[in-house]
Amino acid sequence: MNGIPILTLLTLLPVVGAAIALFSGRHARAVALATTLAGLALALTVWTQLPGDGSMGLVERAAWAPSLGIEYHLGADGLGALMLVLSAIVTLMSVDAAHRVHHQPGLFFALVLLLQAGLFGSFTALNFFHWFLFWELSLIPAFFLIKIWGGPRRGPAATQFFVYTMAGSVALLLAFLAVFLSTGSMDFGQLAALAATGGLEQAVTAHLGPVTMWLAVGVLAGFAVKVPMAPFHTWLPAAYAEAPSPVTMLLTGAMSKMGVYGLLRIALPLFGHQIAQMRTPLLVLAVLTVVMGAWAAAAQKDLKRIFAYSSVNHLGYCLLGIFALAKPAVDAAAQASQAAALNGVILQMFNHGLTAATLFWFVAMMQERTGGERGIDHFGGLRKPAPVLAGLMGIALFSSLGLPGLNGFVGEFLIFRGVFPLAWVAATVSILGLLVTAAVILTVIQKVFSGPVPEHWAKFPDMHGRERLALAPVIGLMLVLGLVPQLIVDTVNPTVVNLLAHWRF
Amino acid sequence: MLAWTIYLSFAGALVEALLPKGKATLARWLALTVAVAGLALAAAGFAAGMGHGRVTIVDAAWVPSMGIHFLLAADGISLVLVLLTGLAAVAGVLFSWNVEMRTNEFFAFYLALIGGVYGVFLSFDLFLLFVFYEIAIVPKYFLIAIWGSTRREYGAMKLALYSFVGSAMVLIGLLAAYATSGSHSTGLVALAHAGLPVSFQMWAFPLVFTGFAILAGMWPFHTWAPTGHVAAPTAASMLLAGVVMKLGAYGCLRVAISLFPRGLDPWGFSFAGIGSWRDVFAVLAVVGIVYGALVALAQTDFKFVIGYSSVSHMGFVLLGLVTLNQIGVTGAVLQMFSHGVIAGLLFAIVGRIVYDRTHTRQLAELEAMHLSKRLPFAAWAFVIAGMASMGLPGFSGFVAELQVLVGAWIARPWWTMAAGVGIVVGVAYTWRALQKAFFSDALPSPHVLEYEQGHGFAPITWPEIAGVSLLVMASLVVGLYPKILLDAIEPAVKVLLAGGGQ
Amino acid sequence: MNYADLFRMTLPETVLELAALIVLVVDLGFLRKAALQVRVATAALLGVCGCGVALFALLLQMPGGLTAPGGDLLLTADGSSAVAQTGILALTVLTLLLLIDTDFTRHVGEYVAVVLMSATGGLLIAAAQDLLVIFVGLELLSLGLYILTAFAKSSGKSAEAALKYYLFGGMSAAFLLFGFSYLYGISGSTNLHRIMLAAYGWNAYHTSTLLHVALVMIAAGLGFKVAAVPFHLWAPDTYEGAPAPSAAFIASVSKLASFALLIAIGTAALHVFDDHNNVARVSIGILSGSEPVYLGFARSWSLILTVLAAASMVLGNLAALAQTSVRRLLAYSAIAHGGYILLGLAYFSYTSRSAEAVLYYTLSYGLTTIGAFGVVGEVERATGSDRLDAFLGLHKRSPLLAAALLVLFLSLAGIPPLVGFWAKFNLFAAVLGVSTGAVPLALVALAVAMSAVSLYYYLQVLKRAYVMPAVNETPIAVHPVTLGVLLVIAAMVVALGCLPALLQGWIAGFYPVG
Repeated sequence: MNGIPILTLLTLLPVVGAAIALFSGRHARAVALATTLAGLALALTVWTQLPGDGSMGLVERAAWAPSLGIEYHLGADGLGALMLVLSAIVTLMSVDAAHRVHHQPGLFFALVLLLQAGLFGSFTALNFFHWFLFWELSLIPAFFLIKIWGGPRRGPAATQFFVYTMAGSVALLLAFLAVFLSTGSMDFGQLAALAATGGLEQAVTAHLGPVTMWLAVGVLAGFAVKVPMAPFHTWLPAAYAEAPSPVTMLLTGAMSKMGVYGLLRIALPLFGHQIAQMRTPLLVLAVLTVVMGAWAAAAQKDLKRIFAYSSVNHLGYCLLGIFALAKPAVDAAAQASQAAALNGVILQMFNHGLTAATLFWFVAMMQERTGGERGIDHFGGLRKPAPVLAGLMGIALFSSLGLPGLNGFVGEFLIFRGVFPLAWVAATVSILGLLVTAAVILTVIQKVFSGPVPEHWAKFPDMHGRERLALAPVIGLMLVLGLVPQLIVDTVNPTVVNLLAHWRF
Repeated sequence: MLAWTIYLSFAGALVEALLPKGKATLARWLALTVAVAGLALAAAGFAAGMGHGRVTIVDAAWVPSMGIHFLLAADGISLVLVLLTGLAAVAGVLFSWNVEMRTNEFFAFYLALIGGVYGVFLSFDLFLLFVFYEIAIVPKYFLIAIWGSTRREYGAMKLALYSFVGSAMVLIGLLAAYATSGSHSTGLVALAHAGLPVSFQMWAFPLVFTGFAILAGMWPFHTWAPTGHVAAPTAASMLLAGVVMKLGAYGCLRVAISLFPRGLDPWGFSFAGIGSWRDVFAVLAVVGIVYGALVALAQTDFKFVIGYSSVSHMGFVLLGLVTLNQIGVTGAVLQMFSHGVIAGLLFAIVGRIVYDRTHTRQLAELEAMHLSKRLPFAAWAFVIAGMASMGLPGFSGFVAELQVLVGAWIARPWWTMAAGVGIVVGVAYTWRALQKAFFSDALPSPHVLEYEQGHGFAPITWPEIAGVSLLVMASLVVGLYPKILLDAIEPAVKVLLAGGGQ
Repeated sequence: MNYADLFRMTLPETVLELAALIVLVVDLGFLRKAALQVRVATAALLGVCGCGVALFALLLQMPGGLTAPGGDLLLTADGSSAVAQTGILALTVLTLLLLIDTDFTRHVGEYVAVVLMSATGGLLIAAAQDLLVIFVGLELLSLGLYILTAFAKSSGKSAEAALKYYLFGGMSAAFLLFGFSYLYGISGSTNLHRIMLAAYGWNAYHTSTLLHVALVMIAAGLGFKVAAVPFHLWAPDTYEGAPAPSAAFIASVSKLASFALLIAIGTAALHVFDDHNNVARVSIGILSGSEPVYLGFARSWSLILTVLAAASMVLGNLAALAQTSVRRLLAYSAIAHGGYILLGLAYFSYTSRSAEAVLYYTLSYGLTTIGAFGVVGEVERATGSDRLDAFLGLHKRSPLLAAALLVLFLSLAGIPPLVGFWAKFNLFAAVLGVSTGAVPLALVALAVAMSAVSLYYYLQVLKRAYVMPAVNETPIAVHPVTLGVLLVIAAMVVALGCLPALLQGWIAGFYPVG
């Protein structure tokens, strides 16, 4: 606990920015840009201030409503800080991409910033109330962003998005209520420590009966909808497709990570034993997510839907990694595999966020140039008129595919490295997903960029200076992280080791 | 000092009644001044009284031969509810700024109602409490009958009669308790310690509880509420749902539960899982929660949705009360405050901001009006109010409902599950209303198109903005920092549950 | 007994009679040529003065009352009778003041004189302890009332009402006398106290058929006076047909006198205990706890009164719901209020508690009723009818009149903080103070429930006055004195309701402590 409450500031910054942006009219984007840049700076500061041993740093605590176990408790470790940086980057990208918002720009950017506040809040919260507050609050801006600025079928998409997520939230809330009732605490750290000794299960059984498994299911359900895990994913394609592309960037880049983060911060520490008992069916679902996501992507014709399903696929790898490591480690090799898997999951979270956001950014650019076209069959041979676009997007696409040398590879590699020894069947079947994804990506490249150029695309404008300037750092980051992943792993690994040491399966 | 909330309100009412006709502006500003003064006093009283247990404000012998005292006192629960009344009063005046017909009479009845409500929350003598409770009935009738809208005379009469019947039941209980305790005193504390026989409490409790619960909108005596709310003018519905229904719940807590605690004991036999009055009322509360929510989901009139949602939310309050544990009852009191603010906000938006401009409350017609574009203030205010009503964290309703659910679980787990269903349906009907009224994509009707050619809606006035801000702030502050109220409520509830009205 | 004592004791009555004669003389002798207004004002004022002097004369009565040679009490002067007599005089004053604006008759001198003479009868009843004195007073009161009802010679309704009242009244007087004769037969005396003694002595464990019959007859006779069901049939027509001041007088003074009589009977019945056996004082009810001695008379009397009370409460309120004439509405409401009061008499406490509560109720009810009839009378004069629709838009036509109407009707409904609420509360508390058994509780519950029903029909009138749009918006001009009196009455209703200890304390002061 040092003097300046950086984490509180970090969370408040976008709120203030939102208030200013709301009334800034045409200048709202500038305000939002400034705010997100400042947010990025703060997030990076947090990243550098982390303690080296992987424990929780920059902790802030204050009493809030003690009788209910509600405490203002914030902190950041490697996992949380990485997510903060990711959120900051993705939001910045999103704001940058949203330079054609004509209808109520003040409101648009205010909602985006509020969403970012929700992200920051939930990634730093260490008490259930605070965390749930921001979890729920992030829903509202997302809903309205889809509802007001979305595509032709935005109404049902937004509603479905909202209803699914709310249903999951209710399950989460009820499960946590039960936990609170049994233990009197809502603090993640306390509860994790309790669970590590088996005390949580004892307390729950003592107070409520043998319902710990049900609580675990409830918690899982809440996150399953958010990640999403098949079969709770059906809201995602519609929402991603109908949302305006900058919003989709946010949704896929950061919001989806809230679900995975929740699994890592809450589900595994508290209900590790129960998850281990359910490991097989969960692995099945994870594999299903991976494979089905890829197959479905292959069947799509709309670029946004392709990438949407591809997101499901990529997040499926995270799920695979998480559920695979949920078993008691019998020896050092197993422990190493767990560490690898967890590192992979976290890296994948970051890398996928970055890559997916970039991909949707490119889709946005293409839409602008073509008046809204997104079908892959409509394009063709764009390599000729727009080589820079093709090149940069190609890099992003290959990263999504998992080409070594780009950031997308490292996470997937580590996950498979960890999962194979721990659950080789699941890993083997998931390879299918890899293969299909490769096919999908290559098809996209082929259909969009290569081949003969149709007449009407001959004058397809290439990326101009400002766009190149904006995208260069991102693509550069992909390359750098692909070649030097230690930049992230060095900070994340201690946290991984720390977490694994405290989890009991 | 808190007693001046009562005196000022009645004095204000009298002055308003005597104002010459046609002085509408003067009437409004006078009403606003009195309401703001009341709020300031309530806030000051709240700050001063926190943490001091029960504080006696006024104690004057009224009818000494019968042991009746003009006894005003406040503990944590009273302070919170007085604060709520202050907020609701100010907001109501702001949202009635556009009343043009017989303005001074409107505010006269309004302030008289407020005075009566302050009186109930501050009375610690049962007779005095009853007097104030009854005083509140007549202004309600006139407010609805004269300035209301749909079926106002019927709605007003129904409300007045239901309230009166409820208070008649309470009066019988009061007379019986007074006589059984030896006719020495009508003080709440004295009666609580009077050692009333268990057999007496066994029938007195359900009678008095039901009498108060009628006003709190307990199923199946709730039917006055939707009709009455819809018929009432905006400020009256705000007060009705926001504060007056809380009078009933407060009476249940302060009178029924405190004076007749043995009435909640098990009967010794049980029938289909119901073995005490506590079980009976819990079932009725839960039915109210779920029924209110389901019916709200099916409504075609915007105001009816809110009216039924009030029934559902009050079910939460009643459920919390019968859990009889610290956390459940605390949640109930907090929900009283929270719902008071939120319901006021909802009715204000539906009635004043939307209806006064669109002249329709039918969701089907509102769908075609694209209000999110033409009345963005109303749309966003309703989003916030809807979020609060749904129980989204960050607003006051979340903590309150959380506590009630926990308390219910401790008492009887299945109550929690049923109540949880109510929350889920609550999300659904709020969502539906929000979608249909403001964010619908339906094609504009010809009626709307021609209206648009003529002119837009009247602009949002400053009183509306002020009112919405006040209520939203209140809900947010309590939602983000519930301790501010919990510190007052929790000790008071503890005392109440321990010593029965000490 | 010497005649000086008799004269002193009956000074108030004498004063009133004198005042009546003076009014007649002045009106017939000196004011033949004066305008109607002047004549009315003079007569009323003289009457008021007369009442004022009579009030003063009350103070000169002997505290112990008047005993006949032989030791029997003829007239009392303390406790209930003092309160009742003061009340009668005060209410007569108010009635006379309301007379000022009227134009239903040109025989004002006669009218005031008859009012005063009826009041005399009322005074006698309130103080009487002897059957014959009671009867004399009753007849004096009743005959005057029949005449007062008939006074609006141009109205057919007035005559019809008076005839019905007279026939009914004569019949019930006959019943009463018949019952009295049986009582005399049982006891050999016309003194209340001795009768009670005899009744107990004779009927310690059972009530004989003779006594039963007597009680029923007396109940019929007195029930008629207080308009209790089923002896109420005269009331709606009389209240509707009589001129407004007469109706006010009947509703207030006559009721007060009759209830004072019932109190006297109840008190006499209970005080027997003290003399007859040394049992500790107990309060009496039908099924209260354990009674050391079976109280045959009291039990039967209670039962009869309870039946009358329950029937009146229920029928009075339910019938009022259907009325479209405000006067008939007030009549049925009077029946209902009579029912509540009878309940207080059915459960009569040994201490003065019940008597005080009954008197409080009757006094406050009388006050409110006079005001109500005053308002109704004004509206009738302005619109020509007493239908509900005549009240439409009253708040615009005469805001003060409407305000008075609001206060008075809400008081009748029993809404705090008006005096009507306190009167009901006090009365029901007194009933339960006597006994908290299942039956009195059920009866009080019934009373409260019926009271709740009554709000509906009172609100109907207020709805017309305040809510519904007006048909005719010409202002109603009200004579300043009338308006002043009505406002004073309304103010008193509010004040006495907010500070009930005032009236209650005053009443309690007339009873010995303990």
